[in-house]
Amino acid sequence: MPVSFFLVLSALLFSIGVYGVLARQHAVLVLLSVELMLNAANINLVAFAAMLGQAGVPGQVFALFIIAVAAAELGVGLAIVILIYRNRQSVDVDQMSLMKW
Amino acid sequence: MAEGYQELIFWVLFVGMGFAALRVVTTRNVVHAALWLVGTLLGVASMYVLLYADFVGWVQVLVYVGAMVVLMLFGLMLTRAPIGSANFDNNQRLLAAVCAGILFLVTSVIMIQAFEGQEIDFTKNVGTEVEDIGEVIFSVYVLPFEIVSVLLLAALVGSVVISRRDESRVRD
Repeated sequence: MPVSFFLVLSALLFSIGVYGVLARQHAVLVLLSVELMLNAANINLVAFAAMLGQAGVPGQVFALFIIAVAAAELGVGLAIVILIYRNRQSVDVDQMSLMKW
Repeated sequence: MAEGYQELIFWVLFVGMGFAALRVVTTRNVVHAALWLVGTLLGVASMYVLLYADFVGWVQVLVYVGAMVVLMLFGLMLTRAPIGSANFDNNQRLLAAVCAGILFLVTSVIMIQAFEGQEIDFTKNVGTEVEDIGEVIFSVYVLPFEIVSVLLLAALVGSVVISRRDESRVRD
């Protein structure tokens, strides 16, 4: 089975994630779309790991690392979203222009 | 397992995951978006199992579907967002769709050209044991592993500090 099938699937998921980040206004939904993009990267890593066979085990290891980093990112991201909600009663990313000049 | 069998499973997952991911970014209900994301993540986990990465697949189910989606649902509930038919999209939807479409076309054309003829051989690939993964983590990648643990600890402490109510300001 050609490895490019998996690469196209991952490109599809990544593009859908990009669309979500650009088009969504709700901060938690933007975080959800970022998770889609991280998963697309993971599919690539695991597909190449499968292509290389026994030499590809580090690919799976890096997929695990990305899952751990994604968990850390989501935890801090949600904490920031909750803090912003508490201060401004809104999670609209278009209204968060305080640090924009 | 025969080759055609795996290809059939792949295309079923492809269509299902594409639809679920599209629903994540288009649905009008935030809780539905999180639930569609569960579907997408389960599809990704099945894709890992299909690629003989059983351990990564189960980590995906445990960490992503089990923990992170619950965290996201808590985030949605705590921010008391208008759950329902409110408009969550901004007015750049068309531009965003065009950007995403161009990105998809360019990346897939480049990927297909770059890796033409490279096959995943399902017949000789019998999968990796958890033992192999553990051995690689704790011999070659032990430093990144430790850094990831420190990063997780920092994220844990950091998110508690950030989201905690500021008590000193209340007392003043």
